[in-house]
Amino acid sequence: MDWQALSLSLKLSTWTVIVLLPAGLLLARELAWRRFRGKNLIEATLSLPLVLPPTVLGYYLLVAMGGNAPVGRWYQQWSGHPLVFSFEGLLIASLIFNMPFAVPPMQRALETIPKEMREAAAVCGLSPWRIFRLVELPLAWNGILTAAVLTFAHTLGEFGVVLMVGGSIPGETRTIAIAIYDRVQAFDRDAANSMAALLLALSFVAIVVAQLGGGYLSRRHDR
Amino acid sequence: MLVPEHSACGRLWAVIAGLLCALLPQIGAAADVPIVAAASDLKFALEEAAAAFTRTTGRSVRLVFGSSGNFRSQIAAGAPIELFLSADEDLVTALQHEGRTAGGGRLYAIGRLALMIPRGSPLKVDPGLGDLRVALTDGRLQKFAIANPDHAPYGKRAKEALQHAGLWGAIQPFLVLGENVAQAAAYATSGSAQGGLIAWSLARSPGIGRLGEAVLIPAGWHSPLRQRMVLIKGAGSTAEAFYAFLTQPEARAIFERYGFTLPSDAD
Repeated sequence: MDWQALSLSLKLSTWTVIVLLPAGLLLARELAWRRFRGKNLIEATLSLPLVLPPTVLGYYLLVAMGGNAPVGRWYQQWSGHPLVFSFEGLLIASLIFNMPFAVPPMQRALETIPKEMREAAAVCGLSPWRIFRLVELPLAWNGILTAAVLTFAHTLGEFGVVLMVGGSIPGETRTIAIAIYDRVQAFDRDAANSMAALLLALSFVAIVVAQLGGGYLSRRHDR
Repeated sequence: MLVPEHSACGRLWAVIAGLLCALLPQIGAAADVPIVAAASDLKFALEEAAAAFTRTTGRSVRLVFGSSGNFRSQIAAGAPIELFLSADEDLVTALQHEGRTAGGGRLYAIGRLALMIPRGSPLKVDPGLGDLRVALTDGRLQKFAIANPDHAPYGKRAKEALQHAGLWGAIQPFLVLGENVAQAAAYATSGSAQGGLIAWSLARSPGIGRLGEAVLIPAGWHSPLRQRMVLIKGAGSTAEAFYAFLTQPEARAIFERYGFTLPSDAD
């Protein structure tokens, strides 16, 4: 068992949830309650990582975050180290490929809150922040939980993008999914077995939690 | 124009049936086009050899390139691979002990390790790695690419060479590991690393060669990359013919041109 890889994966998943959830929630509110031109386009773009081969995303990220591209060069000058082959680079990749797992569940949950209810809260004199905290958050809680769990589990399991932009650096970019791949190649079946079993269990728990939360997946079946 | 629904449905089925019919002959034909799994350092040399084989014999093979360790696992699991060209003969020996191979195979090439410095890198092309040693401390080096020393043959040799030069400990924070030596070459030339240790055969290919400059690492710095090929049990006649072709002067000349050392004895 590669504990370093496991703790790195957990760290990456945690950071992805911490960064993506608030940003995704703001985005989900706009998409749920506003009508504007180009909304379909934004929704399509958000869902794109769902069908895009990870290698396509990985390739573009490798190019964009590399030292020859503006973003990569700017980051290198600012931080002193390249963005590819770094934890920060993985985090950026992770934020992108988790969009379809984070935003839609929250958007669906927010869409079920009637407009009248939010208006009534406003008429009662609640500030936007208190409406958010006392009305929206409790009612959208299931969707937010589902988004968090799916994002966390999906990051834990992401492989293709990480393989392409990571570089398998222990403690920096060698996630548990990559460690399993490395162990299989080294014909170390014991280590591969224990890590694969752990990921299987974690993923199963995540899906069960998401379903028990009455979230996105189960609700879709009820309709 | 109004089209009845059942007619559109029928047309869809016709398209699907047509596609299936188009695919069937290919499935049949695949039977005598064997899958050849080859170490990624052979990427360019073996493509050329396979083209020569097809020209000479009219038969063809399907080449799959990747990490030797991965192929070793896949063959052990019963993958339909008929010929395996490994970058490390130990992997072939292991498969032989498991009874997966037809015989012990044959040494076809000795690989060489090279220092690759991409264009625009602040590092000098120094085969003794003296400049790399200096670059470790003066801030010129940020990332250095090698193949994964845990399982990739070229990664193991890169580790040995760096250990021989006394740099292995100091270079740790700078290492980025390719899954196989071709990915290490891609990392080394991506513009994000300042250099890397890759296969000489890849450095000599036109595609990678134009991205920078490479120089051979002294052969005595690491154990030799004895590359062995072996027929897998149940291999067909085309795989056997290709195996034999690779020992002929025409194929050997291609390997030599890509910088492989040829094994002198026929073991």
